[in-house]
Amino acid sequence: MKLKAFSAPYLVWMIVFIVVPLLMVVYFAFTTDNGEFTLEYISDVGQYANIFMRSIWLAIIATIICLVVAYPLSYMLSRMSKHTQSTMLMIVMLPMWMNFLLRTYAWMTLLGNNGIINQLLGMIGLGPFKLINTEGAVVLGMVYNYLPFMILPLYSVMVKIDKSVIEAANDLGCNSFHTMFRVIFPLSLPGVTSGITMVFVPAISTFIISRMLGGGSNLLIGDLIEMQFLGNSYNPHLGAAISMVLMVIILVIMTVMNQFSPDDQVLI
Amino acid sequence: MKKLGKIYIGLVLMFLYVPIFVLIVFSFNETKSRSVFSGFTFDWYEKLFRNEIIISSLINTIIIAVLASIISTILGTLAAIGINSMKKFPKAVVLNVTNMPIINPEIVTGVSLMLLFVFFAARMNLEFGFVTLLIAHITFDVPYVILNVMPKFKQMNPHLYEAAQDLGCGPFKAFVKVVLPEIMPGVVSGFLMAFTYSLDDFIISYFTSGSTSQTLPITIYSMTRRKVSPEINALSTLIFLVVVVVLVIKHVIETKQAKRNEAYGRD
Repeated sequence: MKLKAFSAPYLVWMIVFIVVPLLMVVYFAFTTDNGEFTLEYISDVGQYANIFMRSIWLAIIATIICLVVAYPLSYMLSRMSKHTQSTMLMIVMLPMWMNFLLRTYAWMTLLGNNGIINQLLGMIGLGPFKLINTEGAVVLGMVYNYLPFMILPLYSVMVKIDKSVIEAANDLGCNSFHTMFRVIFPLSLPGVTSGITMVFVPAISTFIISRMLGGGSNLLIGDLIEMQFLGNSYNPHLGAAISMVLMVIILVIMTVMNQFSPDDQVLI
Repeated sequence: MKKLGKIYIGLVLMFLYVPIFVLIVFSFNETKSRSVFSGFTFDWYEKLFRNEIIISSLINTIIIAVLASIISTILGTLAAIGINSMKKFPKAVVLNVTNMPIINPEIVTGVSLMLLFVFFAARMNLEFGFVTLLIAHITFDVPYVILNVMPKFKQMNPHLYEAAQDLGCGPFKAFVKVVLPEIMPGVVSGFLMAFTYSLDDFIISYFTSGSTSQTLPITIYSMTRRKVSPEINALSTLIFLVVVVVLVIKHVIETKQAKRNEAYGRD
């Protein structure tokens, strides 16, 4: 029996709904309304360099914070007893199962000018501070929403690090600092790289977090794309061009990340 | 050191849970204030259940999630069977393309599908709404099914299928009796993953739904855009409760299974 034929319906689906739409993005980015070839839209993307820089910058900050916060947590999780581990992991991942709009909305409540944080600060005579509609609020929203994406890959790599490897390092004279940087960190590198991509990609392309927590003034690439398709400035050609540039940026970053992947490590 | 670790875990958990608990507390607040708790009430829950837009979009979300996950499970499982028997190169190509909706930012997937649907809408009788939503959901669901089913073939002994045929099973019967039970865990986890992604999706739905067919996340989004409404808090509380109940049940079942496996000396 030809088992290969089983995949035929999916292959058709894949071509029509994955390949063709992406080709359409490329086509739209390089053509005018009349279907003539143009580089106008691609070069127009340059006007938005500041928005691109802001998106990349905020996404990098959020990714670094996620890594710094998640790394020790994941390590501690991975060293717990098996039963505690699975319970703790469930508790850590639980908020992830709430829709991210609701999670972001929660911070709108907290950070608002009359929000709880300002109220509490007011009680001890501080503020009110402008918390919402700032870049800081956007980064906070990114960290809050994507932190579990960092914890999960880190944890799943660290849990496989054999306890005896760490003990061996200690026996051979490593202090805990050396053990961390010369044994645990290199072994956890695959988790670090996949965690970074899993946080960075949604962070750089979000438009909800910036809209809900950043007000109108902290536009990101995602907002820009959304505006070209569903917003006031309808221009699918420009939107497609921006999407393409975004894809290229992500591709470059993933390629760089792959340089640190375990396969290359073996070669070295 | 141990103590420090516990404090650290506690702080991270606080960061994760305090916003949600604040939402929950204020779902019982008498006034619309988001910072001062003035009195206890169930009013917002009552309003929530009478809000037809929310209820209808909830039903819509569930219908789409059920349909999309069932269709994508069938499509994806069949695809995995076929892909598994492909030669190395076509297999790599298909798997790479399959990964694209997972790797690509959701907004790009959403926008690309929107372009396609706009194209069809202009030339055929296609309207943005239920059908486009369903197609979009199936498209981002199938890769997760394939991703879950494929590894099961690697774990399976390839000769089992042939052995079943040698022992008198027809190809179809051999498949149902031998292959399907082996890959079933992957099929089930693929289905569940597709279902939860469908329930939760906002970005891709946002670009592919019309005004006629809204999902719950889209309704939530438009509610947050408008004035303050504690109904969202009530809704969050209910969703949180459902999540807690489902995850705790899942956790208990898994722990029991793990214990049983340990008792039998299995991994």
